[in-house]
This record gives sequence, structure tokens and C-alpha cells, in this order.
Amino acid sequence: MTLTDTPSSLSRFGRLMVDRPLLPLIGLLVLLIAVLAILNPGVLSMFWAGNTLKIAIPLAMLAACQTLTMLTGGIDLSVGTVATISAYLTATLAPLIGVPPAIAIALASAVVIGLVNGFGIAVCRVHPLIMTLGTALIATGFLLVYQRYVIATGVQIPDFLLWLGTGRSFGLPNSLALFIPFAVLIIWAQRRSGFGRLLYAIGANEAAARLSGVRVWQVHLTLYTLSGVIAGVTGLLYLGQIKTASLSLALPLDLPSVAAAVIGGTSIFGGRGGYGGTIVGALILTVLTTMLTLMQIPEGGRRILFGLIILSVTALFIRLTERN
Amino acid sequence: MPDAAAVLDATGVAKRFGAVVALKNASLQVAAGQVVALMGANGAGKSTFVKILTGVLKPDAGHVKIKGRDSTVASPAGARKWGLVPVYQEPSLIPDLSVADNLRLADTAIEPFRHWVAELGLPGLAPDAMIRSLPLASLRIVDLARALALEPAVLLLDELTAALPTDLVDRVLKVVRAQADGGRSVIYVSHRFNEIAAICDRATVLRDGLTVGDVKIEPGIEERIVEMMLGGAVAAAVSAERPVKPIPSETPRLRVRSLKTGTRLTDVSFDLHQGEVLGVVALEGQGQDELFDTLAGNRKPSAGTVQVDGAPKTFAHPADAIAAGLTLVPGDRAHALLMSRSVRENIAVPLLARVRNWGAIRMRDEAAKVDKAIDTLQIDTRALGEVRRLSGGNQQKVTIARWIAKGVQTLLLFDPTRGIDIRTKRQIYALVRDLADQGAAVLFYTSELAEIRLACDRAVVIFNGRVVDVIDARDADEATLMRAAYGLTEKAPA
Ligand SMILES: Nc1ncnc2c1ncn2[C@@H]1O[C@H](COP(=O)(O)OP(=O)(O)OP(=O)(O)O)[C@@H](O)[C@H]1O
Ligand SMILES: [Mg+2]
Repeated sequence: MTLTDTPSSLSRFGRLMVDRPLLPLIGLLVLLIAVLAILNPGVLSMFWAGNTLKIAIPLAMLAACQTLTMLTGGIDLSVGTVATISAYLTATLAPLIGVPPAIAIALASAVVIGLVNGFGIAVCRVHPLIMTLGTALIATGFLLVYQRYVIATGVQIPDFLLWLGTGRSFGLPNSLALFIPFAVLIIWAQRRSGFGRLLYAIGANEAAARLSGVRVWQVHLTLYTLSGVIAGVTGLLYLGQIKTASLSLALPLDLPSVAAAVIGGTSIFGGRGGYGGTIVGALILTVLTTMLTLMQIPEGGRRILFGLIILSVTALFIRLTERN
Repeated sequence: MPDAAAVLDATGVAKRFGAVVALKNASLQVAAGQVVALMGANGAGKSTFVKILTGVLKPDAGHVKIKGRDSTVASPAGARKWGLVPVYQEPSLIPDLSVADNLRLADTAIEPFRHWVAELGLPGLAPDAMIRSLPLASLRIVDLARALALEPAVLLLDELTAALPTDLVDRVLKVVRAQADGGRSVIYVSHRFNEIAAICDRATVLRDGLTVGDVKIEPGIEERIVEMMLGGAVAAAVSAERPVKPIPSETPRLRVRSLKTGTRLTDVSFDLHQGEVLGVVALEGQGQDELFDTLAGNRKPSAGTVQVDGAPKTFAHPADAIAAGLTLVPGDRAHALLMSRSVRENIAVPLLARVRNWGAIRMRDEAAKVDKAIDTLQIDTRALGEVRRLSGGNQQKVTIARWIAKGVQTLLLFDPTRGIDIRTKRQIYALVRDLADQGAAVLFYTSELAEIRLACDRAVVIFNGRVVDVIDARDADEATLMRAAYGLTEKAPA
């Protein structure tokens, strides 16, 4: 039997992506950094590296929400809104009632949004895409009402958030002190905890998980609440980084957070992937953004290019990894 | 014996998947008017061979001649042009489309399809029925009818009958034989010797990816084929027969009374005792699917009671049934397996299902349990990374292994030996007996009637949604079971 076409290098790359997703990803990241160095000699420095990490961390944290929900075949498109609300509440309530209560209220609202998501998805069986978009819309409405009726006496950003968001120690961003334990915990949980395994199981075959005695609603409820909490904490970190409270603070991170997870090799259909790849995906996106910034394209053009790149890279990766 | 008239002549076919060598040097010839059995143990490479011949997989080496000409089969469409039409081991129909839509997609005419469906014993099948709503057996018939409607020169059937109840198997065998008698060719993959004896002219035997023999089917050839399949290590002759235990008189493990679910299961009652293996015999669609689903907590009954160890139970979720010690190995492994996950993860799911097990996994403990289950069932460990890469029989073993690892009280086995080779089948009978001897209770539906004598103590026969007979395994020869299954011996048990 003769062969008409040998497997293309593209499909072989896809195979590699599925089997050992981290290697080609890291390769791609190194390649991008090399291109950046050629385009702008002298740009690479310890400072640049620290800065890239600093920008990538909130993105990577929101992408954790996408990774975990995507493992079950879901998605959480309310993360940007939750982060924004958590940041806005903290900044405006802190001068009124003090920092700890402000943060408590901020995180409580993140938990509530997560619970509502979880309830809708787990119990009412609403599709995660619709459910999370819906709660995001409603929550934004509440935020507008809040902004109107609570007269802010000013904005205060808690010192430790500033330290965490913008400070550096030994040249590295302080936010690593939050992110490293966070990443270790997520990666551990996805491989070595019962909950993590069940995310994969539900994504791979929900009916089979059910027949094995898994009450799928419990997992969904916990998962989306957890996702809300992660988004809320990310909002606090982001507040320290951006140093202003805005009504759309973290919204531009919604799409990139999904893209980071997809580029990182997590299947949008569930059952495959992991957080390790997502972190590299977030770094890749951040380096790409730097590149566009350095190319001195006006803001409008930059957004168009960034959107196009995210879409095409994501489409390419889906094509590569979802072939069978 | 590559005779001149070979319609299909494949030689030296090899295929590897990464580190796994699926085929080393396989060959196969089939002439017009012949049915050739392709046999071999689980993982021997049969399905891989069929997929290569029909253009789904590309071989690493090998030659294929079709009607004497060197041929290229590079895609399923190419195979179809040559008249090679397959029915693969797993149903290849799109679940969310109707039967008619699936036919349209595959460019198959509906009229001949209807003819074959009727011929195969399902005249009532509605073309607008959703694939998702059809039971596995009907899907297999749809698959076959669709293939027949294409008027294949060579029909390749990969374990088509594994999921079929006896009455449908008979129809299929007749139709397949008639194809050959009409001058066409058939390649027939099966683990069932009685089918091979009934319709095949020759058998080509694969072992570990190598064609090790090509024999004419004649009386007494069975042991020789087994020997070739297993490579010298001849298993003990098929004599799993055992003394039947008296049924203890204490409270039964499982007491089912007047159970009714859906439209098919109308009124079923029976007792299942500790230490007992109770067979369930039924033709297609007599309510057996509903019975197992209900007992596993996957469907709610509309009437009737279930008692476990004397206590009445209702199951709102499979977790409730599992908590009461009832665990199901479903008939369709697509419903049981996490195809994209590893064997280990598949086996371990029930161990993690409850909230209190959501925390840290004790990896050593888990590894020990999983290894023991893999060992007990002799799962092919060459492709453990993703269950979808295991051969069909090995996938089936994983569905059983899951509950061995968890530990069983009451096991609901729905056709557990489907697609499993003869050696492992014997191991599974032995395993089921062992479990029973250790105090488990087993409900064992099988579409292969001979298994009742080999594995069970008693058998209940279900017809039309009701128990029509209870037969002692010692008297359960196939003719008796068959008569009962057709409702001919109804004697309303007390
Ligand atoms: N896509 C794949 N990737 C890796 N290994 C594979 C793949 N497909 C099949 N294999 C391996 O190739 C070997 C042969 O598998 P195949 O499905 O052909 O066996 P089979 O003879 O049909 O067995 P069964 O009777 O259990 O259906 C097995 O070891 C299987 O694990
Ligand atoms: Mg097979």
C-alpha cells in the first residue's frame, strides 16, 4: 500500500502538543523573546523580565479560572467583572470602613457571584457560557448602582496591595510571593487531589463520572465558587498594580485569560490540559503585547493586532490539538 | 494459501503507535464467495488491521492488492471506491442526528438501507429516530445495514455481534453468509467460536501483530485456533462448570419486587443472595437495560420496590446505589470510560467520588489498588496513557477493573465479556466466581447464552418486561434458555 501523503509536520507538532504540551510552548516563548531581542536590541534586562512577570501574573491567575472550568468543559467569562468589582469595592470602601472590612466585603461579593454561577450551572443546568456572561452583566449593573448611591469620599489603595502589586525585591516583583504558592497549589490540586481529578473526569465523560458515583453538581458548585474567589483575589492584586479604581479595570483580561488557557494546551471541550501550560500561555501573550507596544503602533491599531493575534493563535492551537 | 482469485490480498502489513507495536507482519487473503475469520487475543491487532485495510490508518509497511492489482487505500472514501466497506468495533454514527441524516451524510441510499434493516430483524426502526436514543444493539444493526446498502465487494465486520442478543446474531449470521454465497467477500472479526463455525470458510489468526496461521474451518479446529492465538500456552479446556451452591435462606442481598421502569420493564421480581451469581437472559429490548439502569440508580422506577439486605431503598442518583453497595458495569463502554484519560485515572474515579475524598490522594495506596486490578484482569499495559488507545477488549476490562479496585458487595454486570478474548473470558468467569465466594452477589446479564452455565448459579429469563422463568444453571443449555427467552415456557414464578 503506498501512502499518498506523509503526516505533515504540522500534525506531528499537534501530536507533540497533546503528549508533552510544555516543551513546544516553552520553545515558542523562547522564540518570541529572541525575536523581541532582535527587533529591539538592548530591551532584554532583569528589569524587563521582572516587568513581564508582573504583568503576566494577574493574567495567569484569571487564566487559572479558565483552566479549571475548561477542564470540565465549562468556561467562566465573569472573571474580569468579578476582579473589577472586588478591586472597586476595596478601593472605595477602605476610606469609609477600613481596609480589612473592605476586603472582606470585596471577597464576599466574589464568592456570591461564584455561587450564583455555580448554582445556575450545577442545579439549573444553564450552559456556563450563558450563565457566567449573565451574572457578569447583572453584577456590572449592581456595581453601577453602588457607584451612584455610595458617595465615595475618595479612593484608598491599601499599602500592602501596593507593595504586592508594584514592589520589587531582589529585582523580582513581589507579586511572585502570592503567585508561586498559588500556582503550586493549583498544579498540585489538579494532579494529586480528588477534586482535581474529578474535573478531568467530568470533562472527559460526565455520564461516566456520574455512574461512578460522582455528584456532578457538587463539583460544579465548588468549582465556580472557587473560580469567583480566585478572580476576587486577582482583582485585589490588580488594584495594587494599576493603582486606580475603575469600573472596567480587569475587563480587558477576559479574552486573554481564555486564550492563555487554550494556548497552554487545555481543551475547550474538557478532559485535557493543565495549569502548567496556561502559565506559559500567559507569558507568551504578555511578551506578544510588549512586542506590539515596542513597535509603536497607535492604540487602535495595537488592539486590532492583539485581537487578531489572540484569535489566530488560539484557532491554530485548537486546530493542532483537537484533531481527533 | 494466497489463491489466485483473492479479491483482497494484504501482506507484510506493519503499524506502530509510538512505542506500541500494533502490527508487525500481518497478512490476510480473501477470495470471492468466502467469509474469512480474523481472530486473535485482545490487543493482537485485529481492529488496527481492519482500519488499515479501509484507509483510516496508514500502515508503516505492507502491500495490498485488490482484485490482483496493487492498490492504494489512502482514505475511507478510497476504500469505498474499491468496494471495501467496514463496520468498525465502535459504532460510527453521529449521536445528535437522526438515522436518516446519518445516512445522508454517508451518502447512502435509504431504500436499500430499509430493506436491510428489516432483513436484520428491526423492521420497526424509524428513520427519523435520533441515534442518541437508540440502544447499542440497534446502532450495530444500523451500522451493518448502512454497510450492506453500499453493496460491498468486501465487507469487513469488526466484532459486530459482540453487543447483540442471540436473536439478532442469528439474523446477522444468515445475512453475512448470504453475502458470501452471492459471490461477495467478508472479513469477520469475532471472539465467538460458534459464530466462526457457523459461517466462516477460513480463519486467519493474529498473535501480537503477526499472522501466525491460516486454517480451514472444520470440526475440531477450535482448540488449534486457541493454541495459535495464545501461542503454545494452551489454556485449560473450556470446563468452567462447577457445582451449584444451594441458595442460603437468609435475607437476600437484593430483593426486587414488581419493578417497573419506562415502557419496557413492566413487572420484574427476583431475589439475589449473597454468594450467588444470578444470570439474566433476555432477547433485545425486553427491559434488561432498564432493569440494570434502575438498580444502578441511573433511572427512577415508576413502581415497585428494591430491598438491600432487607432494608427498602430508593436511588435518586448512582451515588445512592453505590452507597448501598450496588455497582454497575454498563453495557456500553462509551458510557463508562474517560477515553482521554489514563487507565489509572479511569480505575480510580469511584475512589474519589465523595466529597470527603476530594482532598489529597494517597498516591501509593491508589497505585497499589490500581495495579492489583490491572493485574487481576491482565490489562494490556502497553498503552496506559489514554484509554482510547487500548484495544476494545482491554477497554472493557478497565470498566470492570474500576469496581475491583473499589471492592464490591453487589455487582451488576451488563454483558461484561463483550469483545473479550477467550482466555480473559475464562479469567472473568473465575473472577466472578471468586467474588461470589468471598461474599459478593452478582447479577450477570449476558448476550452469550453459553455463559450462563459457565458463570452463574441460576438464571432469570425476562420476556416482555417480566420474569417468565427461573432456570438452574445446570439445566441451562442454550436450547432451553432460548425457548424461555422467546417466552415459550412461561410458567409465572411464584
Ligand atoms: N491510537 C493508538 N495509540 C496507541 N496504541 C494503540 C492505538 N490503537 C491501538 N493501539 C494498540 O495497538 C494494539 C492492538 O490494538 P487493536 O485495537 O488492533 O487490538 P484488537 O486485536 O482489535 O483487540 P480487541 O480484541 O481487544 O478489540 C493494542 O496494544 C492497542 O493498545
Ligand atoms: Mg478490536
